[in-house]
Amino acid sequence: MATILTSRDVHVYYGNHEALKGISLDFEEKGITALIGPSGSSKSTYLRTLNRMNDMIPGVTVTGNIAFQGNDIYAPQTDLVALRKQIGMVFQQPNPFPFSVYDNVAFGLRIAGQKNREALDAVVENALRQAAVWDEVKDHLHDSALALSGGQQQRVCIARVLAVSPKIILLDEPTSALDPISSSQIESTLLQLRKDYTIITVTHNLQQASRIADRTAFFMNGEVVEVDDTKKIFMNPAKKETEDYISGRFG
Amino acid sequence: MRRQFDDELADLDNGFTEMGMLVSDVTQRAVDAFINHDRQSAQAIIDHDHDINEREIQLEAKSFEIIALYQPVTMDLREVVTILKAVSDLERAGDHARNIAIATIAVKGNTRVAEIEAQIAEMGHLTTKMVQSAIQAYVDKDAEAAKALVTFDNQLQEHQKVITDASYQQIIQNPDVLKAATNYNIVAGDLLRIADYMTNVGEWIIYLKTGKIVELKFLN
Repeated sequence: MATILTSRDVHVYYGNHEALKGISLDFEEKGITALIGPSGSSKSTYLRTLNRMNDMIPGVTVTGNIAFQGNDIYAPQTDLVALRKQIGMVFQQPNPFPFSVYDNVAFGLRIAGQKNREALDAVVENALRQAAVWDEVKDHLHDSALALSGGQQQRVCIARVLAVSPKIILLDEPTSALDPISSSQIESTLLQLRKDYTIITVTHNLQQASRIADRTAFFMNGEVVEVDDTKKIFMNPAKKETEDYISGRFG
Repeated sequence: MRRQFDDELADLDNGFTEMGMLVSDVTQRAVDAFINHDRQSAQAIIDHDHDINEREIQLEAKSFEIIALYQPVTMDLREVVTILKAVSDLERAGDHARNIAIATIAVKGNTRVAEIEAQIAEMGHLTTKMVQSAIQAYVDKDAEAAKALVTFDNQLQEHQKVITDASYQQIIQNPDVLKAATNYNIVAGDLLRIADYMTNVGEWIIYLKTGKIVELKFLN
């Protein structure tokens, strides 16, 4: 399996505060990696460095190297819009735009200049199918996305990311605002998508990590304590800190 | 941070240790009853066998409950799984102690062979020692002590072979000992089975400590 994303000695500072203390993690094409760790361990901060979401926060400094398909994403010539098409992000709170389901999913393509109705129809349908929400919304494509349930909204948001054909999907606690059934639907969706996409998800739900992730990285105090196959992490981790966190002794 | 889970697990752990001591005790008493031709004591063992069976069921139910309610992982999961698996081994060992008690009653009143009974006494004491060592290894969570159990098993196999050969020899020489000698064989077989189950307990202790599932008999 080829490596698609590398990060080397990544530090993030909020002003003088060092939030990330030198993270080096690689991601291969396809599959799911879960980032777990206590609140304040900076796993979301790390996730946001991977498509430069931290750029929007004033006073943030990122050092180290992050390369997508061998290209430094922090290089001055990087086209941020193009980068975020390749590396999409789904957030904790479902955040559909106040448009119709169709317009939400078609949004990225329209921005990119796609006007052909048939082409748009095909992409919207395909993305909604991949996000496992097509059957539920196909008769309401032109109704407001805000009228959908939280779980449906989240899957529409996933479809919105998929519509622009990303290589990597970042998810920041994608189910923590959802009920167990909606969460389970998102998990099934991700398990389908892992065959075609590299998925990196931050989760506080350890059982979710153990159910869906191929690989799990344990973050604590801005560092990666341990990263390994999920089975190893949950059955016999190498580090005591991991063991203590996984088994609920702290965190 | 002390978790509710730790209290539940401590209860389960104590329950398992108690059951281990019970099995250790019943093995000892079964061996003694056989050696001393003590029919009364043998009957008491048979009458109380269900105590061990009930404990097994309780510990299994408690393990299922802990898994469902706490979803343990890593070492926590291994502790619960170890008990869930080893508790069956303890129960089966208890069954074989009961079989020895049944043999004690069956032999009573028949012509016996003192020489073989002395060998059974020796094998019985060694088995009892092995059961105690297995329970102690569990209490100490000592993987090295668990590994050492296999040496008992090897010695006991030798004992069994000697007893079986001697029993057949005696039957050839004096058919009157048929009933007793057949039961000597059975008892030696039961003792060896108890040793097998204690070896299994040892394997689960190693799993608990290392996460590796091993066959102790093939480890050395």
